[in-house]
Amino acid sequence: MKGSTLPFDGTPEQEQALRLKLRELKTKEGALMPAMQFAQGLYGYLPYEVQSIIADELGVTLSEVYGVATFYSQFSLYPKGKYRIGICLGTACYVNGSQAIYDRLRQILGIDSGECTEDRLFSLDATRCVGCCGMAPVMTVNDDVYGRIKPDDVEKILDKYRRA
Amino acid sequence: MIGLKINNIPVYVKEGSTLLEAARSIGIKIPTLCHLKGISELGACRVCVVEVKGMNTLVAACEYPVREGMEVFTNTPRVLNSRKTTIELILSDHRKDCLSCERNTNCELQRLSHKYDCDSHRFEGTPREFVYDDSTDYLIRDNSKCILCRRCIAVCRRQQGVGVIGANERGFATHVACPFDMKLVNTPCVGCGQCINVCPTGALQEKEEITRVQEALANPHKYVVVGYAPSVRAALAEAFDMPVGTNCQGKINTALRYLGFNKVFDVNASADFTIMEEAHELVERITRGGKLPMFTSCCPGWINYIRKNHPELLDNLSSCKSPQQMFGALVKHIFGKIEGIAPEDLFVVTVMPCTAKKGEKHRTFTDKYADVDAVITTRELSSMCKENGILLNELPDSEPDNPFGEYSGAGMIFGATGGVMEAALRTAASILDPDARFVPLEFAEVRGLAGVKSASYNIGGRTVNVAVVNGLNNVDEICSAVKRGESDYQFIEVMTCPGGCVMGGGQPIRATIVKHKTEIAAARAGVLYAADKSMYMRRSHDNHSLVKLYADYIGEPCGEEAHRLLHTRYQALPKYIKE
Amino acid sequence: MDINRLRQIKEETFKSVGNRATHSALTGMNYDRQVLVCGSTGCSSNNSQKIRQRLAELVAERGLDRVHVGQTGCFGLCAAGPVVVVYPDGTFYSHVKPEDAEEIVDSHLVNNVEVQRLLYVDADGKTKPFDEIESYCRQLRHALRNCGVIDPENIDEYIARDGYFALYKALTEMSRDEVIDTVTASGLRGRGGAGFLTGRKWKFTKEAQGDKKFVCCNADEGDPGAFMDRSVLEGDPHCVIEAMEIAAYAVGADQGYVYVRAEYPIAVQRLAIAIEQARNYGLLGKNIFGTDFSFDLEIRLGAGAFVCGEETALMTSIEGHRGEPRPRPPFPAEKGLFGKPTLLNNVETYANVAQIILNGAESYNTIGTERSKGTKVFALGGKINNTGLVEIPMGTTLKEIIYDIGGGIPNGKKFKAAQTGGPSGGCIPASYQDIPIDYESLASIGSMMGSGGLIVLDEDNCMVDIAKFYLQFTVDESCGKCTPCRIGTRRLYEMLCKVTDGKATLEDLDKMEQLCYYIKDNSLCGLGQSAPNPVLSTLKYFREEYIAHIVEKRCPAGVCKALLKYEIDPSKCKGCTLCARNCPVGAIDGAVREPHRIDPDKCIKCGLCASNCRFGAIVKA
Repeated sequence: MKGSTLPFDGTPEQEQALRLKLRELKTKEGALMPAMQFAQGLYGYLPYEVQSIIADELGVTLSEVYGVATFYSQFSLYPKGKYRIGICLGTACYVNGSQAIYDRLRQILGIDSGECTEDRLFSLDATRCVGCCGMAPVMTVNDDVYGRIKPDDVEKILDKYRRA
Repeated sequence: MIGLKINNIPVYVKEGSTLLEAARSIGIKIPTLCHLKGISELGACRVCVVEVKGMNTLVAACEYPVREGMEVFTNTPRVLNSRKTTIELILSDHRKDCLSCERNTNCELQRLSHKYDCDSHRFEGTPREFVYDDSTDYLIRDNSKCILCRRCIAVCRRQQGVGVIGANERGFATHVACPFDMKLVNTPCVGCGQCINVCPTGALQEKEEITRVQEALANPHKYVVVGYAPSVRAALAEAFDMPVGTNCQGKINTALRYLGFNKVFDVNASADFTIMEEAHELVERITRGGKLPMFTSCCPGWINYIRKNHPELLDNLSSCKSPQQMFGALVKHIFGKIEGIAPEDLFVVTVMPCTAKKGEKHRTFTDKYADVDAVITTRELSSMCKENGILLNELPDSEPDNPFGEYSGAGMIFGATGGVMEAALRTAASILDPDARFVPLEFAEVRGLAGVKSASYNIGGRTVNVAVVNGLNNVDEICSAVKRGESDYQFIEVMTCPGGCVMGGGQPIRATIVKHKTEIAAARAGVLYAADKSMYMRRSHDNHSLVKLYADYIGEPCGEEAHRLLHTRYQALPKYIKE
Repeated sequence: MDINRLRQIKEETFKSVGNRATHSALTGMNYDRQVLVCGSTGCSSNNSQKIRQRLAELVAERGLDRVHVGQTGCFGLCAAGPVVVVYPDGTFYSHVKPEDAEEIVDSHLVNNVEVQRLLYVDADGKTKPFDEIESYCRQLRHALRNCGVIDPENIDEYIARDGYFALYKALTEMSRDEVIDTVTASGLRGRGGAGFLTGRKWKFTKEAQGDKKFVCCNADEGDPGAFMDRSVLEGDPHCVIEAMEIAAYAVGADQGYVYVRAEYPIAVQRLAIAIEQARNYGLLGKNIFGTDFSFDLEIRLGAGAFVCGEETALMTSIEGHRGEPRPRPPFPAEKGLFGKPTLLNNVETYANVAQIILNGAESYNTIGTERSKGTKVFALGGKINNTGLVEIPMGTTLKEIIYDIGGGIPNGKKFKAAQTGGPSGGCIPASYQDIPIDYESLASIGSMMGSGGLIVLDEDNCMVDIAKFYLQFTVDESCGKCTPCRIGTRRLYEMLCKVTDGKATLEDLDKMEQLCYYIKDNSLCGLGQSAPNPVLSTLKYFREEYIAHIVEKRCPAGVCKALLKYEIDPSKCKGCTLCARNCPVGAIDGAVREPHRIDPDKCIKCGLCASNCRFGAIVKA
């Protein structure tokens, strides 16, 4: 099954807000996209549980909701962490040991590429070349770029954000 | 009327016709792949392109409406080359294991590829990632052969109102799958197999059970019994190039014997048992204030649907097992007793026009034994015959074995929409009005291909309102009315497939089904109604073998033993199961 | 709202805004000075909001109550942003930072001394008033007439510039046919793509039978490098609302939708504010200007699918489905949104309507060329000095746009080609730079007007690579419905990759060309039908570049990595080891003070060595 493997952590309040909005939208023609946009605004992404609520309230099939969710690039099936970590696996970084850093990140965070930690603090993405070959190997956290790092630096960098 | 020219030939067709229809009216067949008249009209595949004078680009004939004075060309090099390229592009993203493909020689893509002299390797490139789903008992989805015509999506959504598959992602990554690419088994798929019947290629097929049947036949310790459904006789002949509407039941009996089955029975016979039980149950509910309306329960697609979509109505379902499951129970526990064969030594095979029946086989048990062991579709039976060199056309007719070789016309018409209703009414009328001089045998109002039929009968001074639904997209409205308490029906027959079992998902695949669906449905149903009309016994309770078996082994209809063998209970199922 | 109240608002507000965009000192004005800060996406992302706040604070602190600080839409000179303009002086400050505010206030506004260091320097090296800047004064701002002048979040300022007077005129003085005839006579053509005559589209929709009709606005501008529609919505949202109302009156619709890219948050917000204000004034809603015309408007957001710019896909998307186009006919005018007759125009088209109604068809059809009337807004980008937004009369030549308005190519490089029409358009080679730009001329040379993106390419751009870039975009954005686009563009892209990897043959070139024509001829919608244009036009005008990749295994512009080779010229190399130390993959070795060598098998062609070498010893081959 595609989509996030993280346990769904939506609150009853969120669900109530969503259902309320959906009942309001239902009277409108072509309500599906506005509904999904609202839901993504509420939850940050569109996991199975949320799409099921939308299908249920609007009286459309889950298949239709999912088809729309995967057609438009703005809809996401995966949550993103507060801090989005990118690790470059382009050639320059790779030959300089970015795989070891990637492995260390996976080990520390306990997630794979595309996933998000349970506390939603970090998400991890293995990326293609980010254009900083001179600083290889490169890791990015949101807009911050860390170059020439070693596996042992990872913990220190993560700590900075944990404390932030 | 609109006048136009196609290849310089004047054509007159009615307004609103498409170029495809206009060309067909003068004997020009424009190829199609995605088109499914009335159900899926996308203009997506582009093999039907034609040239229209004054237009910059080619247009899709399947969708383009005729216009007065139009000049259309269907055979220019530009058109023919375009079609060829389209097919070649499709082939570049298609797993071309044609020689071993289920649909070899009956594949629309293969036929077009041959017709347009395509080079299947002209375009090479990365194929799209694909999903292979064999999670259910009844169906396999192999996306590596999918050409994205989306006919399956359309029948699932629009004709069946089920909608478990759709187009996911976009662009080159577009693929047909369940939401979240879930396995089919975890969705509200009802197993009707209508998607298989419209698939132009081998991307959808039933899950085969031929191997298991052959293993059982080769096992000296197994006593292998087969029974075939009413609708099989109405369609198997088509797989052997006989005309639509040919009844081949006598040849089927012979063929099954040739294949080595120890006993060949007719499921028409167990259908008579179903009617005995169902009619008595109905009468009981009507006369003793039971839950009404009562829904029929012989269609496994419908049972799947109601369990997942309308669990509140499960008490409205007849508790009768389907004819297939009754057949298994009767064979294992009565025939076995008569012949002195233990249930575990009996291997019960049914031949069905249906894929959902494969899923149904292990749904009910009697004692600890599954009622049915293997289910093959009409298509699989044709494959087995062909593999064994059995020339169905040339076989002599023969009769089925007893005690399940004798049946009534009521059992026969089970395969057509309205057939179960009519059969039940024949018996119910005699129960409710035992003194009547004349009880009607035919109930014309419930016959025919309309999606919803209803009728009102006065039986023994009592008004009985009935409805017949075929095609699941028609059923929600009635279910909602029942839930709201606004339905005044006493008895409702539901068949999943439009036209009933004769149009089931296990029947021979016809490319022409795309355009002539209703004609095929009518011709196949015609086989059953004609057979019924020609019979001496037309009511289930007139079936002598049945009467004797009730007397000797079962007792009263709906009695204790009848309940043990022939009835079941239903549980609600979740619509989706998150993986 | 009635006409007297409208006139009253206009007169009152004129006192506040009348002395913008003019140097003449008007009497009776509320302000002596107008300080206008661009609030468009480009300048906003460079802190223009902060600059405005700071300016306003300082003006208040200094007690300058005859100075007005306001935000406006795009001035067009995005490359100079963030932009601040002071009227009536016409002073044009560029690259302003929040910390410059104090100097501007104290020096300019208090002591009347312009801040020299912030003044924009024109191509000729001089500083001059905004409206005398070469790239500005050669423009003709019609659709953009209010951009950079009014505050887009204040309906009164729009009214002060004759806003909603065209609507009043249409509703009270013109029949529906007269409105359509005027638009037809103006020669206005759709500014979003193929250039269908706007008036005719309106006529078809008017004539269509239907109990309900819709008017829609396509603001799903998705071409990479195009931002005309965004600028109009950000700078003058009411002009779109007013035009949609006029259109709705003409065709008989009472409801409208604006389909906007969700990636345009400022545009969406301003439009929402504008709709709310118009509603509050009774300029949207029931019985507008006391007539029996009623109209309301709803914003629908896109969700990131380029194909939704195609009209049938856009409507399918509003209906709440996957934005897949459907075959035409039926055309939207007969059977559009929710199956009802629907009029769909894009933002820029609507932006011209009110002026045409107010000033008559002649005010418009006297501008432009024989068959392409009026003006066109272009978003200039790529290898050009004045990146930004320009509006020019149809028939202006490419040369004028690039050199006179765009300020030429940076770094003394040679102009090679201009790409117009985005992924649907083509590349116009420098040899066609004297061609007057209009719908027909662009089509005749294998490109198209499209929505108005104009990307300038210089000698450092590889044309095969450019074609590949646009095609990859189409492949990513194809909806996946029809075979030619779904599979065809993908196969075409793979063939282009073969070329840039040096693995293609000359036969592949023919095969590519055939596939291009096939895709154009067979695709379901405009996206597929135009997708091969970037490939076809580069094959036509730059075939020798393709051949160089194939035969000589060489990328003449030195872009395609697979064909690139970095070499060290031993006669120039001093053996300083800098390159070796900087090489991320250790591909360079050599002893100190000896010429170094690059191992081509290890080299990943990142170019770091060449950019670090102080002796110019490392060359791309």
